[in-house]
Amino acid sequence: MIEKEKAAEQTISNINQEARDGYEQHFKVISPGRMVAKRFFKSKLSIAGLYMIIFVFLFSFVGPLIVDVTWGYEELEVFKIERIDDMVSTADFKGPDGKIYTYYDKSQTLVYFKAPPSAEHWLGTDTSGFDILTRLMYGGRISLTISFIVIFLETIIGVILGGLAGYFGKWVDQLIMRIVDILACLPGLPILLVLSATIKSIDTIPAEHRIYYMMAFLTLMGWTGVTRIVRGQILMLREQEYMLAAETTGISPMHKIFRHLVPNTMPQLIVSATLGLGGVILYESTLSYLGLGVPFPRAAWGSMIALADPSKGQEILAYYPNMWVPAGILIVVTVLGFSFIGDGLRDAFDPRMKR
Amino acid sequence: MWNYLLKRVALALLILFGVSALIYLLSMLMPADYIDNQTAAAVQMGTMTLDDVQRLKELYGLADKSLPGIAKSYLKWLTSALSGDLGYSFVYGRPVTDVLSQYIWISFLIAFISYLLEIVIGIPMGIKASVNQYSAYDYTVSVFAMMGTALPSFFLSALLMNVFAIRLGILPLQGLTTATKIFPHNAYFQILLDKAWHLVLPITVLTLLGVGGLMKFTRTNMLEVLNSDYIRTARAKGLSEHTVVYKHAFRNTLIPLVTSLSGMLPGLFGGAMITETVFAIPGIGYMALRATQQGDIPFIMGYNMFLSILTVLGMLISDIMYMVVDPRVKLS
Repeated sequence: MIEKEKAAEQTISNINQEARDGYEQHFKVISPGRMVAKRFFKSKLSIAGLYMIIFVFLFSFVGPLIVDVTWGYEELEVFKIERIDDMVSTADFKGPDGKIYTYYDKSQTLVYFKAPPSAEHWLGTDTSGFDILTRLMYGGRISLTISFIVIFLETIIGVILGGLAGYFGKWVDQLIMRIVDILACLPGLPILLVLSATIKSIDTIPAEHRIYYMMAFLTLMGWTGVTRIVRGQILMLREQEYMLAAETTGISPMHKIFRHLVPNTMPQLIVSATLGLGGVILYESTLSYLGLGVPFPRAAWGSMIALADPSKGQEILAYYPNMWVPAGILIVVTVLGFSFIGDGLRDAFDPRMKR
Repeated sequence: MWNYLLKRVALALLILFGVSALIYLLSMLMPADYIDNQTAAAVQMGTMTLDDVQRLKELYGLADKSLPGIAKSYLKWLTSALSGDLGYSFVYGRPVTDVLSQYIWISFLIAFISYLLEIVIGIPMGIKASVNQYSAYDYTVSVFAMMGTALPSFFLSALLMNVFAIRLGILPLQGLTTATKIFPHNAYFQILLDKAWHLVLPITVLTLLGVGGLMKFTRTNMLEVLNSDYIRTARAKGLSEHTVVYKHAFRNTLIPLVTSLSGMLPGLFGGAMITETVFAIPGIGYMALRATQQGDIPFIMGYNMFLSILTVLGMLISDIMYMVVDPRVKLS
């Protein structure tokens, strides 16, 4: 009798076990994070963006190591490659017989720099004899590092101030948001030009430190966007029931803001940060294009394109695309990659956007 | 509504006051000021003494670089600025307002033409992409649109110059007029044509850079509207796809479009600093970059204030347009 009961119990528990196994087999519990990841990877553009960013990262951070190990040189190695440069100039003139003649003048000069692409230097060398490919790698390091640091700082400032403004409201909100309004109204590029001119004129700041100040300025000009996002989200979240529950537990306001409100603004923050990375890279390259970024011997993508500025002579713009086109392509790839990822993340976080 | 508007205007004035104080402080901190740069040679040669330099600086209100000194000269600047006098530009040797009013028009012309082109190209593309979401057309247009926003203006300019001005040689490289051509004085049409020819590339650059954003904006807003219930109703009624998209959906997309496009209007006067400089077009952006690089404080102040006013004006206009376009909106 007892044996039988036990056996029956055994069968029941077996059935239960089977049912549970079946349940596990047919229904998979996916965490929200996994769901976002799944939606993210479903979009072809996000994957393309991911590959582009991985490529740029490997190129800029691993590339220099490979160059150093295999060929044993760095960013500032000068190569003197001799070649003979033909310069042909033509002019039309009218002969005494009334016909038009063309006059050719061919001069040959020995040049050491501006070597064309070759097996040793895939993209050739530039006006100072630096290897262009290697400089592209180091320029990428600068751009990526600056953009990540600036966005990181902007996000921190924005989260703190936006959190305070959204939660406390009243005069705190008024004060912070008026500062945001004023800063958001400043014309970005002209003000950065003024600031960089100021930094340049202070002799106690070494040239290679100027870029840190520029990062600080970029951060100070850029945190307003994050603050607005965080504040807007918190104003909405503050009214929800779970915040009432948090209120009744009597925890401190700081705890409520940074433990219960801010984490809920994360999706928007991640999206805006990803999209912001590209913006900082564009800003940084514009500043280095104008000669206000990292100082000369160091490479930056913007200053490499500045070689093609037609005001300094058309030679490079016309005959040496290998000097400036790759840098531009890298900027586009990086910015595009970040915006693909950002768009993908936004769609992944917000399933309502999908049909 | 009037109360709301009044409040917005008051806020705008407050913002402008803050912005002006901040810009003044920043530009006064620029130590490499114009007078030092200009007089350095004269002082070295002994034709000018340091006292002369000091007197010049006092004349321009640049002598006292302490905080109270800056505050005092700021108040002086503010009172004269309120009466419409922005001072004399060091570099251009003329009143700042004169320089501004002379050079904004060419900038506005370039910006306005590319603004119209952006609307004509971007909006139809955005509509088509949203109607065929996830189609090959949608992907292609979206990628091209994003490429436009990812391109640095100086790189795009250099590429176009390389192809059209140098390789093909069909468009001029830089400037606003052909320096080697001399036109008779009354050949207005030819001069106009020559100038228009020089503006083709800058306008192309600005259009390519801006059209992507507008296209994406249209697409996003169209998608939102196309997902709403009344569109389903319209389709269920058996209306033609054309009527559904252009009569029912697009009309509602016009609300955000008109709001943001009208807000962009004042900004068209601001000039495109980089593009104008690369193409050496004497617009306000080009003049401002030159003045900024030389530490022309009155011009920097005037130009940046001008830009800030344009920004504030743009925000006000888009606020008002929001109310005008959408009767459901009651702002308070």
